[in-house]
Amino acid sequence: MYIDVDNHKTYIATGSKEHIDGNMGMTFIHGTAMDHTVWTLAGRHFARRGLNILAVDLPGHGRSEGDVIPSIEGMADWVVKALDASGQDKTIIVGHSMGSLVAFDVAARYPDRIKHLAMVGTSIPMPVGDLLLDSAKEDKDVAKEMVNFWSHSQAAHLGGSQVPGTWMIGKLGRLLERSGPGVIYNDLKACHDYVDGVERSKQIQAPTLFILGEDDFMTPVRNAKELVENIPQSSTVMLPNCGHAIVNEAPNEMLDALATIV
Amino acid sequence: MAKVKTFDFDTLSNHAGQRPDKETGSRAVPIYQTASYVFRDSDAGAAMFNIERGGHVYSRISNPTTAVLEERISALEGGVGAVATSSGQAAVFNAIATLVDQGGHIVSSYALYGGTHNLMEYTLPRFGITTTFVDPNDIEGFKKAIKPETRLIFGETVANPKTEVLNIPEVAKIAHDNHIPLVVDSTTTTPYLIKPFDLGADIVVHSATKFLSGHGTSMAGLIVDGGVFDWESTDKFPQMTEKYEGFHNLSFTEEFGPAAFISRVRNEAARDFGACLAPHSSFLVLNGTETLSVRMDKHISNTNKVVDYLVGHDMVEWVSHPNLKDHPNHDLAKELLPKGSTAVFSFGIKGGREIGQVFIDRLDLFSNLANIGDAKSLVIHPASTTHQRMTVEALEEAGISEGLIRLSIGIESVDDLIEDLEKGFRTASKALKK
Repeated sequence: MYIDVDNHKTYIATGSKEHIDGNMGMTFIHGTAMDHTVWTLAGRHFARRGLNILAVDLPGHGRSEGDVIPSIEGMADWVVKALDASGQDKTIIVGHSMGSLVAFDVAARYPDRIKHLAMVGTSIPMPVGDLLLDSAKEDKDVAKEMVNFWSHSQAAHLGGSQVPGTWMIGKLGRLLERSGPGVIYNDLKACHDYVDGVERSKQIQAPTLFILGEDDFMTPVRNAKELVENIPQSSTVMLPNCGHAIVNEAPNEMLDALATIV
Repeated sequence: MAKVKTFDFDTLSNHAGQRPDKETGSRAVPIYQTASYVFRDSDAGAAMFNIERGGHVYSRISNPTTAVLEERISALEGGVGAVATSSGQAAVFNAIATLVDQGGHIVSSYALYGGTHNLMEYTLPRFGITTTFVDPNDIEGFKKAIKPETRLIFGETVANPKTEVLNIPEVAKIAHDNHIPLVVDSTTTTPYLIKPFDLGADIVVHSATKFLSGHGTSMAGLIVDGGVFDWESTDKFPQMTEKYEGFHNLSFTEEFGPAAFISRVRNEAARDFGACLAPHSSFLVLNGTETLSVRMDKHISNTNKVVDYLVGHDMVEWVSHPNLKDHPNHDLAKELLPKGSTAVFSFGIKGGREIGQVFIDRLDLFSNLANIGDAKSLVIHPASTTHQRMTVEALEEAGISEGLIRLSIGIESVDDLIEDLEKGFRTASKALKK
């Protein structure tokens, strides 16, 4: 459905169910140059279980209008406005990759709005190499190819999708190709520049679930270690043979992990 | 600038889609000969029915062996996903039925496999879907044939049996200018010889019975989604963009993005029409894919030699193969199909139908049967078999004369193949002189 945020038409996927007043919200935030479709399975699942799903398309992504937001903090402020616009006082918040930083920042700075935080395929800091950033800045196709390549484990490059008949590399590649000019650079740069996260992690009050891929090349597990240790109420689900694109490679295990916090 | 190195074709053709079985370590893809799957618990069952979890519910809709094949062909084509069907004909029908409603219209190249022509000319009109056939070499003809109710353009990459090469980039542009997809049948070419998505096609269909399987053992088809066509650029495809009552008001473009089309195929066509592929057939096609490049290279090299032999033969009136400079698509084939265009082609024998039958009946290595793309060489007389339901006018339009003989060149010794053809010509020559 569409809502208005900052005078821009904004899309949120609801898991094919209408929101019910008073029900708990569950907000999903996509990663770099992606959109709400990475959450389709999870969104449909938790909608059936009665949660009000808000799988947002950030401004300038997917179906949402507006300019891209150049910082994680700005995206977090926008998410809170989206919660306000859709009448969600409190929510479980789930983010993948860049979206995990946004979810984290919301949880750190707006603790009253968050019941539970889940960070999927994450690390703080989330540095991006010069080669990728430079390619993205020039909007070269190879930047999207690099993101797609490094987002998947070696095993996933040969397939084995849990969704029958889906070629994961092709599907994520097409999704990245759909992103508009400058989007991938904006998002990668925002991740790269979000350097205050470890310090901010001490502000996190919500129970936090980490869902990490053992073979994540983009946000290696070792880079999440300090973050995990800083958050008192945290738990971790480590997925073997899984890369960064957990939403693509291990949607079932991600669903099972998320079910533990709902 | 760095280039991202992904797995090459020959690696994907052997491995894509499969992770060795965790329990048994089986290197070959196991044949999951089962109709259904035990749910972990009631909620997991409900979740799979509602597209919340990945997995298999019922083998009409998906099966673990078949899913490997679907992923593998999707990987080789460069698509987002695929759905396997019980035959190539089912793939063509399911692709069309997913996109075209009653009252809809198709623009198709007239250079088609006879079964596809029959479907479009005679059967689909019973369901209110009509087709305008155009000369594949008349690019403007595609444009002129498009009506407001046209929902797709269809053509074969290299047509069976007259080897017309579809100008995919130009026809795709016409399709996209009109906000409709280009659907191509790449049966004769396979992803080894051409990558239709790279050239602008939107959906690829295969009869995997042919070169993909490669051994004439199994009926099988595939529909592959390129994931690029923008269904929301037009109001022509409400089945993709509007809520579908047949699945709890699911909107395929909203929920599946680049995989909207193939998701609709699985959740409607596979579910409701039921033309699913048997797991054992999937296994056999998978075995075929492992040797696809090796076989195709041999098919092509043998074909090149047979074409050269036929061109110089005094019993041959004409040969239609893109290798030949007088073929209308010679240059186009070199551009679009640099590894070779096709191992299925036709020639005209002196003396017409009767002498052609004498020729065919004398062959030993070439089997007279209704199939193409076998490792073994094949021969047939289309006017009396595969295309016999076409009218004289339609046959003429498709360039299928009474004396046309179709060959599908296999991977045997090419010297033996040529010797076999020579025996046939000697006998045919004697019959012609009587």
